[in-house]
Amino acid sequence: MSTEWMGIIASFLITIIIAYPLGRYIAKVFAGEKTILDFLSPLENRILRFCGIDYKKGMNWKEFLKAMLTVNLVWFVYAFFVLLGQGHLPLNPDKNPGMSPDLSFNTAISFMVNCNLQDYSGETGATYLSQLFVFTFLQFLSAATGIACLVALFNGLKEKTTNNLGNFWAILTKTVTRILLPLCIVIAVLLAFNGTPTSFDGKDTITTLQGDTVQVSRGPAAGMIAIKHLGTNGGGWFGANSAHPFENPNYFTNMLEIIVQVLIPVAMIFALGFYIKRRKLSWMIFAIMTLGLFCLLVPTLVTEVYGNPLITKMGIAQPTGAMEGKEVRFGPAASAYWSIVTTIISTGSVNSMHDSFMPVSGLMQMLGMLVNAFYGGCGVGLLNYYIYIIITVFIAGLMVGRTPEFLGHKVEAREVKIAALVTLLSAFIIKGGTALAAYYFVYHNNIDWAVKPSAWLNNPGYHGFSEMFYQYISSNANNGSGYAGLTANNPFWNITTGFAMILGRFLPIIGPVAIAGLLANKKYIPESAGTLQVDSMTFEVTTFAVIVIITALSYFPPLVLGPIAEYFSMH
Amino acid sequence: MKKYLLPSLKITLVFLVICSLLYPLLIAGIGHFTPGGGRGETIVVNGKVVGYANIGQKFDQDKYFWPRPSAVAFNAAGSGGSNKGPANQDYLKDVQAHIDSFLIHNPTVKKENIPSELVTYSGSGLDPDISPQAAYIQVDRIAKVRNLPTDKINSLIAGHTEKPFLALFGPEKINVLRLNVALDELH
Repeated sequence: MSTEWMGIIASFLITIIIAYPLGRYIAKVFAGEKTILDFLSPLENRILRFCGIDYKKGMNWKEFLKAMLTVNLVWFVYAFFVLLGQGHLPLNPDKNPGMSPDLSFNTAISFMVNCNLQDYSGETGATYLSQLFVFTFLQFLSAATGIACLVALFNGLKEKTTNNLGNFWAILTKTVTRILLPLCIVIAVLLAFNGTPTSFDGKDTITTLQGDTVQVSRGPAAGMIAIKHLGTNGGGWFGANSAHPFENPNYFTNMLEIIVQVLIPVAMIFALGFYIKRRKLSWMIFAIMTLGLFCLLVPTLVTEVYGNPLITKMGIAQPTGAMEGKEVRFGPAASAYWSIVTTIISTGSVNSMHDSFMPVSGLMQMLGMLVNAFYGGCGVGLLNYYIYIIITVFIAGLMVGRTPEFLGHKVEAREVKIAALVTLLSAFIIKGGTALAAYYFVYHNNIDWAVKPSAWLNNPGYHGFSEMFYQYISSNANNGSGYAGLTANNPFWNITTGFAMILGRFLPIIGPVAIAGLLANKKYIPESAGTLQVDSMTFEVTTFAVIVIITALSYFPPLVLGPIAEYFSMH
Repeated sequence: MKKYLLPSLKITLVFLVICSLLYPLLIAGIGHFTPGGGRGETIVVNGKVVGYANIGQKFDQDKYFWPRPSAVAFNAAGSGGSNKGPANQDYLKDVQAHIDSFLIHNPTVKKENIPSELVTYSGSGLDPDISPQAAYIQVDRIAKVRNLPTDKINSLIAGHTEKPFLALFGPEKINVLRLNVALDELH
């Protein structure tokens, strides 16, 4: 057991040890300082020139967002049609069929927005062409999009007054060539040498030792699994995601995958400090986010290692903890750690089935996604945190009776309105979606749909409610993990979660980038004795309190109906 | 919008080539040099492939060590867990059925010694491993069926127990397929 604890402590420490220098490197890349990969410059410049881009020309926040939204639209249309027609396209050794229109719609959005909610199963629902030319491609580019938008925010914070947030295309390109691709090659090779398949062979059929005939799905998975984690995407090659023994063969790969998924979110916090030369601010943000991680992690670890009390009642031993939905080679401690890491950052890959976790753990996973800013996804985590900061600045300003400012710029009504709107929107999407689903489940459960609402859920009662609630939380947070018992591949779920994902992605990006652009355009006010110190412990603790209050006020009722009620029904 | 459309199309094309074509081909090329050549490592007995080292398989005969229950019947054309909630009454009945069946086949085992992993579904449905404890409690049954001394089987288990990674991180485990292959070779 003690080696299981050592495993998660080491995973956390190694993450920080690598993330700090990586953050410095990322800051250098975007500041245009010397780095070891500078030999790639001619290639990058050639790519940008080929695309007809004047990469030295900066963009204001509107131009930046227009470029970002246009390219995302192109990716959506492209992905939708490839998925629809995959059955007739090459690289399909297992003869898998094309996706239905509603599933294509959902899946194209899901990968475009870095969510990676999967209403299909990789083995039977996707071809190698889709896995590589849609999923892997979008896993790289959606992560790069998130990072690029965060760098726009960095640029807004760096200068005293500017309307230049950087060139979207140049940042996007550099993110892939300088950060994502080199690291992915290393990760993919490590995975390959530990047993993850890389070849293009299709399914194998074998006769087992006992004489049964079974099939074994394979495919060039290692590369996708690398970017799935590094880019906080989370969409797996196989249905069982990183619980699958090919996708996550041993404890080493488990540590590797758990470390690299949180690497860039943490590195970006440090990159902020190096980039705008406010390292103390970085450490403060890091401290608060880490506090958030521990608040969610500790109850989960304790609960899972303790085991299922109802199974204890049956009189059998749970020496390692709750094992339903978990793998022996990881054990409950590493599974619990993973489940929290993957929900606070927006990865959503799983190495154990969240649907079978204890109610307290489920509650913590949900809270991680509802806050969505303890480290958070690639780029977008800090953007979400920035929204919380703006609201805190506003509230703190009201409390001390001064016009609120953030890093030398007055925060006025327009910015606060945007921030408030972004915050309230999540609550609307999640609770609205859940209410709609629950309404159909209760009042029209025999309606003549592809899958009748009465057949949606895999579990009765409170846990069944949690399955629906979790699906919208995960979609809105662009997380992509699921209570997989939910029968989600039908038009109702594919379409409603499709819209939840798209709104949950772009409004929380457009909002902060717009605020950054608006603030950067304002006159710079030099620091004085009355300036609100945003890198002070007081301010950071206030931010934490704001996060707790907003989340509790927004989501307490549905959390009571789901995991909290389930907890009390078991004890 | 129009101004950005052409660059969008072109940059999409460029990164399709880099991320979806060159990158997987590079990894596939390197994969050739891995154990199993990137196709998944197999276990061969008498020149015949009997399984993939990492993919669990079904054993329900008394003469073999049993793996954990699987929600996909160990057919690796798919994968997944039961996705049952911890308080689901049907699920708890299912667990009880696994306990009862285990006790019938292993009359010498006391219920409180059954580790929960042997009666709960794994996450992938393809879990290749069990814990040492889960192997040791099956020894009496196997010794009786195979007419072997128990200490011989016990030492086989000890020899197949994989230590934590670097002896420091993660749980101990035993690969059931490898253990059963070795068991068949015992005389």
